[in-house]
Amino acid sequence: MIRKPHKDKSDLTLIGTPMRKIEGLDKATGRALFTDDIVLPGMLHGKILRSPHPHARIVAIDVSEAEALEGVHAVITGGDIPIKYGIIPWTADEYPLCIDRVRYIGDAVAAVAAVDEDLAIRALEFIHVEYEELPAFLDPYESLAADGSTPYVHEPKKEGGNGNVTKQVCLEFGEVDDVMAGSDIVVEGEYFFEGSTHAAIEPHCAIGLWDGVGKLTVWSATQVPHYLHRELARVLELDPARIRVIQPLVGGAFGGKSEPFDLEFCVAKLSMLAARPVKILYTREEVFYAHRGRHPFHMNYRMGCTEEGKLTSVNAEIVLDGGAYASFGLVTTYYAGQLLCAPYSMSAYRFDSTRVYTNKPACGPKRGHGSVQPRFAFEVQIDKLAERVDLDPFEFRRRNFIGSNTRTVNQLRITSNGFLECLESVERASRWRRKFRQLPFGRGVGVAGSTYISGTNYPIYPNDMPHSGVQMQVDRSGRVSVFSGASEIGQGCDSMVAYIAAEELGVPLEYVRVLRGDTDFTPVDLGAYSSRVTFMLGNAAIDAATKLREMVQQAVAGEWKIEANEVLLAGGIAMWASDTERQMPIREAFNLAEARFGTLGATGWYNTPKDVHGDYRGGTIGASPAYSFTAHVAEVEVDVETGVVEVEKIWVAHDCGRALNPVLVEGQMEGSAYMGFGEALMEEQIFKSPEQGRAGLHNAPSLLDYRIPTSLDTPEFESLIVESIDPEGPYGAKEAGEGPLHPSIPAIANAIYDAIGVRMDKLPFSPPNMWRAIEEAREVGALGKPAFPGGLPVTPEAAPARSMSSGS
Amino acid sequence: MPAVTQIVRLTVNGDLREVGVPMHFTLLEALRYGLGLTGSKQGCDKGDCGACTVILDGRPTLSCITPVFEAEGHAIVTVEGLADVEGPHPLQDAFDLHGAAQCGFCTPGILCSAAVLLEKTTSPSRTEIKEALSGNLCRCTGYSKIYDAVASAGQRLQVEAQLGESGR
Ligand code: FES
Ligand code: FES
Repeated sequence: MIRKPHKDKSDLTLIGTPMRKIEGLDKATGRALFTDDIVLPGMLHGKILRSPHPHARIVAIDVSEAEALEGVHAVITGGDIPIKYGIIPWTADEYPLCIDRVRYIGDAVAAVAAVDEDLAIRALEFIHVEYEELPAFLDPYESLAADGSTPYVHEPKKEGGNGNVTKQVCLEFGEVDDVMAGSDIVVEGEYFFEGSTHAAIEPHCAIGLWDGVGKLTVWSATQVPHYLHRELARVLELDPARIRVIQPLVGGAFGGKSEPFDLEFCVAKLSMLAARPVKILYTREEVFYAHRGRHPFHMNYRMGCTEEGKLTSVNAEIVLDGGAYASFGLVTTYYAGQLLCAPYSMSAYRFDSTRVYTNKPACGPKRGHGSVQPRFAFEVQIDKLAERVDLDPFEFRRRNFIGSNTRTVNQLRITSNGFLECLESVERASRWRRKFRQLPFGRGVGVAGSTYISGTNYPIYPNDMPHSGVQMQVDRSGRVSVFSGASEIGQGCDSMVAYIAAEELGVPLEYVRVLRGDTDFTPVDLGAYSSRVTFMLGNAAIDAATKLREMVQQAVAGEWKIEANEVLLAGGIAMWASDTERQMPIREAFNLAEARFGTLGATGWYNTPKDVHGDYRGGTIGASPAYSFTAHVAEVEVDVETGVVEVEKIWVAHDCGRALNPVLVEGQMEGSAYMGFGEALMEEQIFKSPEQGRAGLHNAPSLLDYRIPTSLDTPEFESLIVESIDPEGPYGAKEAGEGPLHPSIPAIANAIYDAIGVRMDKLPFSPPNMWRAIEEAREVGALGKPAFPGGLPVTPEAAPARSMSSGS
Repeated sequence: MPAVTQIVRLTVNGDLREVGVPMHFTLLEALRYGLGLTGSKQGCDKGDCGACTVILDGRPTLSCITPVFEAEGHAIVTVEGLADVEGPHPLQDAFDLHGAAQCGFCTPGILCSAAVLLEKTTSPSRTEIKEALSGNLCRCTGYSKIYDAVASAGQRLQVEAQLGESGR
């Protein structure tokens, strides 16, 4: 793609300014329609029967009593849809309804459609399933050690292999062991990241409508309508040209709706059998079991540096607890290592990452997919190294800054990089230099940095077509219509294309309509995942709008007998650059263009660079057209008697390339930092152990017991936008939706250390975990304020050094 | 075996409505399924998330755990009833302006809680806002923009009240 330099801020009228969202008022008035708000004539309600066992063989299912109930229109079991699905084409390992085996408590076994929800629920009681229970794997290490004496979670792919292993990846860049041995300092640590779930407030919901003669329509709260479209066709053996997927507004997703789920296949099949539309809405409990959230990671990191604080060698060993199915796990296993090689340079790096199946709900991608967990460990390791070489942790990070327009040790191409500015912003705003190691015992500050992708260069199924497309038309009224297949999940992508259309075509924002979320009339966009949408859809929208703008400019130029590039379109008028008094309303300009070129429409698209990754197996995973960078400072207060950690404030600086609408960018930064904060302190997706009885049962499948932060728990945030103007991003933009989550957790961990001298290497930092760590530290006399780097606390209010503190 | 249905009379957004619902229905079910008022959302159906918050006799109320028959004879306001012929409620405008609704699924409930707060005071402190919204989970925003929106709507209501008085 040939690129022109981006416009300067002064040449942009809308982009870069605070704007409303196009659907903002609909959302504030209750008019916005989500999937469960849709009622179709004659619609039935479906329910799914789920396994009560973590691992069992299905011996027999008898649905006859349920079928006989008055008001029940269809009952289906595994045999009705006997084709496996899965988001990654090579690892499809789930049936919409289990056929011979259930693999976690909550696995889907049968589904009914009935005249109302109450009857559907009651009908489930009339389905009789006979199970033969099997030993369950709940611990990933037991899973890894399995020898086949009891059935693996899945059949081994190779004879004699361990069927419990989804994927194992080991990649080495440089001579890790030699460089490590030559390092002045080596720090090793064991880290554990507990699993967490998305907990979007909207539960999953889908509606199926079979028209009786071959056309299927599915409405779904999905982040990936295109992939859903493909999987529906493949699994239901239907012609994709006769399937329509409609995506109403989605009430939050965060990765939890980024692959097909049992309910979408079930509503389709039930509708085909009942000849009526069928809706299924998950209960909140089902959402917890559907999961696909953050994998629990068991991590070991060994990292070396020189006396001067230059990072040398990094070695990581990671075990991922994947749950019962593959989901995105193949990618997660790679991401666990691949996304760690910036913003710092290192001479050698190796990761050995293994994902295993266990008999628990499947893990998958949650905001910051695969890289939030290692980033936690890595940034704490950096803090430890900085302390060992007596450096301020900011200084340590600066010394290792990788720079812009460079390659990482694993050969990923970095273009724009505003990480140093991010560090500087949070350092200044948080008044770091007056606080670090100087606040009184119990209070502390911590810093962490990170990087994230702006989409991936390779789609989930191999193909050379664009990653994102947009169609645009202008009409005689002055209106611009944008047809966008991108997934609006709250992040604002529908508004983003409207801003671009308005900017490029010079119309007021109110003149832009975005027609969206319907595979019948929108070009393909691959979905809302891997932070790809702004970058890819934005470029596609600029492409389409530019084509239209040039036609309009030519038509006006013809009329005025001037050069086309002298015609400016802005604020609802066309004008002559040399004499802006010479004007015509945009509507007239559009009419001139239509008269000259015929009905006006254009498509635009974006495809990724394909030559910017390492030449090794797996080298394409993690390759992105651009990377965002983030730095956080967290300030905490720790009560060493109760173990309660209060996070008072998080300063968030994020390099998003260019903020197309700063309000939305800040919203993503704050929402990300909030989500990281919740994982740091409160959230645990955990399951009962055999000792607790009901092994494999979710410990707390409700929004009361799975604690997500309320307004009273949540710290204050200060968002500091850094704009590095990426050469390939739309107007220079990069992602903002996931990157800013990563540093929250290590920044809080490092702040806890600054506050009380206790390292928290295991999540979450909940009162019980904190209390135990504090007691251990107390016993060995390690509770206290850590020493100032170089041993020179400078300010008068400086806290006592460790030896003098912790009178408690 | 269809559930036993009964007619309830609900006063919603100023309208007196009759609707036949199964006796075990919650107010949320009656609003969404009986009356087609789908603005109020169901996030958990068990009183944990606040997405279903409506205003019952001036108090924020979780409609998903309010039996519909207990709502008879009370004045109910839902998100659909916050705007009037003059236009959106200042809170609704402020949520739009400040980007306080990302996915918007928590928004109807939050607006109802916030509207009750602003009935009590148009200059709530940040702590008062946090307390008033502590029963409404938002998973998208980190709450910051929501606080800004509530505070600015309060300011606008104050200005409007002053203008109203001076105009009299
Ligand atoms: S739906 Fe009522 S509190 Fe969650
Ligand atoms: S805006 Fe999505 S839950 Fe609040």
